[in-house]
Amino acid sequence: MMGFQIIVLWSDVLIWLLVAAGMGVGVLIAKNPPLLSAWRRVGASRVGMASAVVLIAFALIGLVDSLHYRSQLESKPGQPVVYSVEVLSLLDALVTPLRTRNEKTYSEPFATRLYAKETIDVPGKGTVRDYPRLKYGGIHLGEREDEVAADVAMTAFRAAVLAFLGWLAVAGVVAQIVARDGSGWQKIWRGETVFAWNALLIMLGLILLIAVPLFALSTQYHVFGTDKVGQDVLYQILKSVRTGLIIGLVTTLVMLPMAVLLGIVAGYFRGWVDDVIQYVYTVLSSIPGVLLIAAAVLMMQVVIDTHPQWFSTSAERADLRLLALCFILGITSWTGLCRLLRGETLKLRELEYIQAAQAFGVSNWRIIVRHILPNLMHIVIIALVMDFSGLVLAEAVLSYVGIGVDPSMTSFGTMINSARMELGREPVVWWSLAAAFTAMFILVLAANLFADAVRDAFDPRAA
Amino acid sequence: MLTVKNLRLGFTAGRQTLAAVDGISFAISKGETFALLGESGCGKSVTAQGIMRLLPAAGRVLTGSVQLDGEELLALPEADMRRIRGGRMAMIFQEPATSLNPVLTVGRQIGEVLERHRNLRGEAATERMLELLRQVGIADPERRLGEYPFQLSGGMKQRVMIAMALAGNPQLLIADEPTTALDVTIQAQILDLLARLQAERGMGMLLITHDLGVVARMAHRIGVMYAGELVEVASREEFFTRPRHPYTQALFAALPEVSRRGLKLTTIPGQVPSLSAMPAGCRFADRCAHVMPQCRTVSPDWREVGTGHVVRCHWTGEAADVETIGHAITELNIEPGRPFLEMNQLKVHFPIRRGLFQRTVGHVRAVDGVSMAISAGRTLALVGESGCGKTTVGKALLQLIKPTDGSVKLGGGELVGMTPKRLRAARRHMQMVFQDPFASLNPRMRVGEIIAEGMTVLTLKVDANAQREAVAALLKQVGLPDEAAGRYPHEFSGGQRQRIAIARALAVQPELLICDEPTSALDVSVQAQILNLLKSLQEELGVAYLFITHNFAVVEYLAHDVAVMYLGRIVEQGRAEEVLRSPKHPYTQALLSAVPVPRLEAHTSVIRLPGETPSPANPPQGCHFHPRCPQAMAVCRQNYPETSTVSPTHTVNCHLIG
Repeated sequence: MMGFQIIVLWSDVLIWLLVAAGMGVGVLIAKNPPLLSAWRRVGASRVGMASAVVLIAFALIGLVDSLHYRSQLESKPGQPVVYSVEVLSLLDALVTPLRTRNEKTYSEPFATRLYAKETIDVPGKGTVRDYPRLKYGGIHLGEREDEVAADVAMTAFRAAVLAFLGWLAVAGVVAQIVARDGSGWQKIWRGETVFAWNALLIMLGLILLIAVPLFALSTQYHVFGTDKVGQDVLYQILKSVRTGLIIGLVTTLVMLPMAVLLGIVAGYFRGWVDDVIQYVYTVLSSIPGVLLIAAAVLMMQVVIDTHPQWFSTSAERADLRLLALCFILGITSWTGLCRLLRGETLKLRELEYIQAAQAFGVSNWRIIVRHILPNLMHIVIIALVMDFSGLVLAEAVLSYVGIGVDPSMTSFGTMINSARMELGREPVVWWSLAAAFTAMFILVLAANLFADAVRDAFDPRAA
Repeated sequence: MLTVKNLRLGFTAGRQTLAAVDGISFAISKGETFALLGESGCGKSVTAQGIMRLLPAAGRVLTGSVQLDGEELLALPEADMRRIRGGRMAMIFQEPATSLNPVLTVGRQIGEVLERHRNLRGEAATERMLELLRQVGIADPERRLGEYPFQLSGGMKQRVMIAMALAGNPQLLIADEPTTALDVTIQAQILDLLARLQAERGMGMLLITHDLGVVARMAHRIGVMYAGELVEVASREEFFTRPRHPYTQALFAALPEVSRRGLKLTTIPGQVPSLSAMPAGCRFADRCAHVMPQCRTVSPDWREVGTGHVVRCHWTGEAADVETIGHAITELNIEPGRPFLEMNQLKVHFPIRRGLFQRTVGHVRAVDGVSMAISAGRTLALVGESGCGKTTVGKALLQLIKPTDGSVKLGGGELVGMTPKRLRAARRHMQMVFQDPFASLNPRMRVGEIIAEGMTVLTLKVDANAQREAVAALLKQVGLPDEAAGRYPHEFSGGQRQRIAIARALAVQPELLICDEPTSALDVSVQAQILNLLKSLQEELGVAYLFITHNFAVVEYLAHDVAVMYLGRIVEQGRAEEVLRSPKHPYTQALLSAVPVPRLEAHTSVIRLPGETPSPANPPQGCHFHPRCPQAMAVCRQNYPETSTVSPTHTVNCHLIG
């Protein structure tokens, strides 16, 4: 057993803090009956629960990818312990085959040979131009390369059966929880349960039926193909999830307090406060965003480059750059939400319940916290999710211009960016783009649907 | 002319369809006004929409027939229906502010109807438009044709709406609460106009209203609707002399009137049943004073009780015994000489800013020198039309709006210019109840939290347990169950919400409650409940009310003192009997005579005020009222009249008296 050294990156700290905060909020909600009943309404929404399952699956991948370590290098006894310069995550450890089994260059999904012809030495025949055999993809088949379809179908079928059995076990446990007398099964399928168990179970079944065969196959094939340097695309997708989540969540954390505070203050106090805030965001939003971000990122890059002593590994450097990017995106993207909240506050402050509170001499801050903020929450939730998808996309744009995440870090943006070059090839290399696009689409769609369910549940007029 | 037979209209909600109008039948002949009377949510407007086939997306015509001159409207294809809408049938809506398109000129909007239904264009159309505008009493129609709706006042917009409705020469006019959003003097003008046009053109008219006064003024025959059904149809005379259905009787009994001063108003307990939970038998059974066992099981059939007077009720008794339960204390004869709150020359001016540097170019004189005094335990009614500044007075009293000048003295202490800290302590002596019960409660807070907020802020009861007990006591006081504290405002009806708002104001035990039109958004029967509640609270707690309203019936019923406001100034004030029985100011006289009375015998002499209230940014020279005053003299145009004393308690600002 080799030793290892735990590495805590700044983004890991933020992500786990978010998880802790989420749990804390959960405990608070459980103690507050009206909030609890609102979340129960989210639980009753089929779409909401189905999308929540998808989001949790993504979040789990991101969390497993947020536990970093450096493994110990072999050294002679008596010498000081030396650790590898490569920072790995728990996810890397779990999918070691995906990470290490790199081909030479492009190969199609489920291919056994490379995508381009090369000059190869064939013993006895001399040099010929042909598609070279992959080092890992379909290697267990040996010479029977034409049996790929049958082999894939067989493996997928076995894995699917396994997944189905696993799902049945989960569903059985759920049925027992719903009703102990055995009628739980019926209740779930007829939609008679308060919690939307049927949607949850169907979505879970779908995910299992897709994911389990995919991973069973990925040990023998490159299910999504390989990229230019021969890296497995499935591995890249898994690594991109964490980048996407950090960009979406941490940026929001930076932006939210500023947008909410300034928006409400401007709308509530009006007068010169409003003027100042309006001038600031008008100026900010009239500067081309990409330009502003480019300037900030390049300055940050200079700082990072001139202080190599700050970082002991390249992962730490990439991580700092990612956080800097989140911060800069946050600073530049608060104006939209701020303007929205200012307008809504202007409307709210004229309402009679605000005047009633003023008639009691309630202080301004208390009015803002108790009367205005709760009535703006639905806007905040919607804006957050819209921004989440927008930010994931913005990262792609910035990576394309070369001012996005560190080139050593995998993200949907860098994947799409490199796939852009490949689309110009003939024959087309389509799998990188398709895989990145699908993964991002599912993530953003699930987030949007979940936000809709939350908003509906929290709207007291609709309840 | 128009025959509606067994019309059923419903709304789809999910998989089921809920009938909002359940089998109503009536007929309107030429030159006749048929009034559909009922409280909100009983299906009046849906009926009108169904007849015009303008139901919202979820609305469905379930069964029945609507025939106009023998032509079945429900079977017509949409293209033919468009020919009838605006052509043979036209509609006037409640809210003149939103029923005209703000980006088109008046001429364009009327012209659209003329082009579609009369095939008039160019010169001919303009001629016709001018004629129509003249008919609806708009002065200077040539100029108005080119104007946009924002340049017109509310009454003028409603006149333009009427002109548009008349443009297609309709045989039937459907008026959906045509005057509810207007002031009494403007309402009188519009009702006169509608009556005159109908007589001239021999139109049929379907009038939808909740106001018995409007019905008495306009209708020939009346149909009372309740929970989607017609329950009584009668001619005007029969209806006002012998109402038979318990619901109709209850509506009459719930009206506040001067004759009921000091008596508890009859209220209708409960609420209109919801569409999804209609009772099987008579729909009114749960709220009826004469309910019998068979009412709960058998829906009553039509029964003829007089010529053209039919009623759907099992109960065959005559008029209900009018309960005459008096309030415990009717008059609190506290010396008027001990005022508890005094206002002296209170002024609120809003600056009008223009230009690049936002220079002040003028002032809107919303309140321009108002002096009043309120004594403990009494009710002062502040009456006036919209825009006269009465709400601003209320808010300036509470220092929600900073007064520009003048003084407000509360028990001897000056409130204007007080430091915020000391002002907070003073706030517990005065509280406000607002007009719209739907906007005055924070939808995200529970009722208990809403009521407790004042106590927390003014640190009256900080302990959670004491606060909970206080909230429970307050809820009981305003007639709501204990468990209401844990629920959210949206679970309550309008009347219940207004009770919550009253409980919130009472939580800090104020000596003065400023009620800003607290019943104008409520139905008659609910209004009666709230007025009873306010009365009994005054007895129990000795709280004084400043009652801001435009509803004279409420004033007559409730007020001890009355102040009449016009354009930011008080023109007449005194004890209620004095001001209401022998009004001295021409404006007060006109206001009182413009109020539609829910009785057969109308006013003997009706004073009709021409024109509308001028803008407070630019009040007329001299007496503000002189451009509309029927008795204006030369001196009225020169200078504002001094205050003259009629009796020790009755003062008037008019040259006629001075």
